[in-house]
Amino acid sequence: MNVEIKNYPSARTLVAEICGDIDHHTAKYFRGEIDKAIRSHNPLTLILDYSQVTFMDSSGIGLVMGRYKIMSEMDGEVIVASPPAYIRKVLQLAGIHRLTKIVTDIAPYIKEKEAPQEQNESPDAEKKESDKIETQAP
Amino acid sequence: MKALTPKKRRVIKLKRKPLNEMKVSFPSYSENERFARVAVSGFLAQLDPQIDELADVKTAVSEGVTNAIVHGYRNTLGEIFMQIRIFENRHVYIKIRDKGCGIADIEQAMQPLFTTAPEEERAGLGFAVMESFMDKVKVHSKLGEGTTLVLEKTLKERV
Repeated sequence: MNVEIKNYPSARTLVAEICGDIDHHTAKYFRGEIDKAIRSHNPLTLILDYSQVTFMDSSGIGLVMGRYKIMSEMDGEVIVASPPAYIRKVLQLAGIHRLTKIVTDIAPYIKEKEAPQEQNESPDAEKKESDKIETQAP
Repeated sequence: MKALTPKKRRVIKLKRKPLNEMKVSFPSYSENERFARVAVSGFLAQLDPQIDELADVKTAVSEGVTNAIVHGYRNTLGEIFMQIRIFENRHVYIKIRDKGCGIADIEQAMQPLFTTAPEEERAGLGFAVMESFMDKVKVHSKLGEGTTLVLEKTLKERV
């Protein structure tokens, strides 16, 4: 269980690569580390890379929703990258895909920002304009 | 022959003999959320479940045990009892019990997004997750005495 945080200052993107299980116990730690990095780097885009996540329950949803709130206050956005199938299932149950983009390729977000590229996003990735946290029951 | 009353039939159903059974109890440390998941997957390995089904059961158990830790035994330490039974036709029965504070309004507690611990970033989706990943979710609770959660799922036949 650990989180590797990479900062891309020119793109103002922060990538948090989470490894291991996300549950109520580990979420506390991940939350602390990620929030510390947000405060020190002040990014516009926070990418939560879920590709190395081995398990996730609703605590992982709380993790995304809480970061979404923080980034919204700074007019930034949260992107969830590469969740494995069983984690995508939990995210979709909570309607996270209507709140944040879920992408499989983060390359466009960590490059020097000139022209923003959109072609790699999943089709259901449109972000709703409302700032309210919306979730949907199954 | 006199037909059985529904009540009698229910008694018979409850007496079904499990093919296998395990019981475990542990203190409400949040580290044990992981242990509960590992225990469930270890015990269910004999059924050779599909990966996605096992992930569903593990997620539901994680939610149930977390509820007992975060809500049942909030700010206190107590014991959590978990029982897993395997019945014929790959039917899995999991009971998670705590002797914590109990739930005042179960219907409200099961509402998606309802949470009494927003400061912990609880999304309020625990029961929604359990209900969508398991076939059956039952909750019994008495204020001051504790909560019993029963999760049931019939696993798919392996081909």
